Amino acid sequence: MGGWDWGFVSQIMPTLLRGLLVTFEATLLGSVLAFALGLVLALLRRAGIPVVSRLVWLFIEFVRSTPLLVQLYFLFFVLPDFGIRLSSLTAGVIGLGVHYACYTAEVYRAGIEGVPRAQWEAATALSLPRHRTWTRVILPQAVPRVLPALGNYVISMFKETPLLLAIGVIDLVGAAKEAGAGAYRYVEPYTLAGLLFLLLSYPAAVLVRRLERRVGH
Amino acid sequence: MPADDVMIRFDKVVKRFGDNVVLRELDFQARPGEHVTLIGPSGSGKTTILRLLMGLERVNGGTIQVGDEYLSHMRRGDKLVPADERHLRKVRRRIGMVFQQFNLFPNMNVLRNLTEAPISVLGQPREQAEARAKELLDMVGLAEKLTANPAELSGGQQQRVAIARALAMQPDVLLLDEVTSALDPELAAGVLDVLRDIARSTDVTLLCVTHAMKFARDISDRVLMFDGGKIIEDAPPAEIFDSPREARTRDFLQSVIET
Ligand SMILES: Nc1ncnc2c1ncn2[C@@H]1O[C@H](COP(=O)(O)OP(=O)(O)OP(=O)(O)O)[C@@H](O)[C@H]1O
Ligand SMILES: [Mg+2]
Repeated sequence: MGGWDWGFVSQIMPTLLRGLLVTFEATLLGSVLAFALGLVLALLRRAGIPVVSRLVWLFIEFVRSTPLLVQLYFLFFVLPDFGIRLSSLTAGVIGLGVHYACYTAEVYRAGIEGVPRAQWEAATALSLPRHRTWTRVILPQAVPRVLPALGNYVISMFKETPLLLAIGVIDLVGAAKEAGAGAYRYVEPYTLAGLLFLLLSYPAAVLVRRLERRVGH
Repeated sequence: MPADDVMIRFDKVVKRFGDNVVLRELDFQARPGEHVTLIGPSGSGKTTILRLLMGLERVNGGTIQVGDEYLSHMRRGDKLVPADERHLRKVRRRIGMVFQQFNLFPNMNVLRNLTEAPISVLGQPREQAEARAKELLDMVGLAEKLTANPAELSGGQQQRVAIARALAMQPDVLLLDEVTSALDPELAAGVLDVLRDIARSTDVTLLCVTHAMKFARDISDRVLMFDGGKIIEDAPPAEIFDSPREARTRDFLQSVIET
């Protein structure tokens, strides 16, 4: 034992890459869900229907103040009692997506509030219908400014996907664990898993920072 | 009942912000095609009058009519009740507004700024809206800026686009709130020339707040001196500028000329 075994590395690489693919899949689908649902939540909060905006607020606060792990367990182990059976990955994606939606909703809210009131008034003065004001005037100005913040959440989500292991999703870390367990050798699998995370999330962070500078924050 | 020859009618309009009573039973009227200029000290409520007409603020009392319709109210049976959003939306279409800070949509180019509302509100086909937009840009002297973004234009150019944008909706009434006060004098002159042209060549009713007194004298049929929530003097420009009856008008004009 000990040392660094290149032969072992090339042997486990395919397994690790398969795991990485799952990590990508979970991050990508989770992000799409978080972006879309977050926007819906932000819009519902602003729809001007007090009951709805109160309920949305409660939902957001609830999700944000409970651990993601508990939410994942709930989706995967509790929902089946109510007849809803989800695959590990589906439960994982929904868990990540909904959890992060409660953060992106706040990001969208800030972006929407950052659009000057004068833009609403100009739209009103032109009699633009409300939905058109949203889709043509407000969101096209609000969303670009919050792209860096959304990007940061994608990176966080990427780094949090190993939690899905708890409900049986074999992501990159899961794959590393399996590869290591097979050979009773963990140095290479976990080092490589860590390196892969670093290799992917660091450039992404640099990209987001550059984006931040471009939109002027 | 609204009379035929009235385009705008304020009837005992009250507007408060908290304890601050800005309009105290304000009465005034403008006929179709008339060019009316509002003057008065800062904070006297000139902008508030325009914003009420644009439906950006609600009255606390009294009624506002635009043409043969109530803006502030609507009929329910034979009763008059405060306008709901839908009614407001309908009457609002007859009115256009140009703001002090232009307020163009920065995410759209000049052409799209002009065609967005005609297409989505008036239901114009795109070709028609674009053809009209080009005519209007030509009129304000910016035919070559069709595809420019607002950020690439000077303040004066942006304001001329904003004027064209408002006119693209074919309003009966155009509201102008100190449209040159954010501009350097030489840029302001270009905007005022465009407005003179519009005043001469269209039959739109103009309600204008301005400190550009020469301009007001040129284009106005009537000038209203506004102070303390009321109109204190209402006269043709020659009369109000050359021989104001009210001491407060005289003082105000004096102060404007001095600055
Ligand atoms: N949204 C608002 N909330 C509270 N007070 C307001 C609001 N809008 C205007 N006011 C107050 O109403 C009064 C009239 O304001 P308004 O903007 O109509 O004046 P104005 O005659 O246009 O002044 P100026 O020449 O400086 O533009 C002011 O005292 C102002 O502080
Ligand atoms: Mg004002």
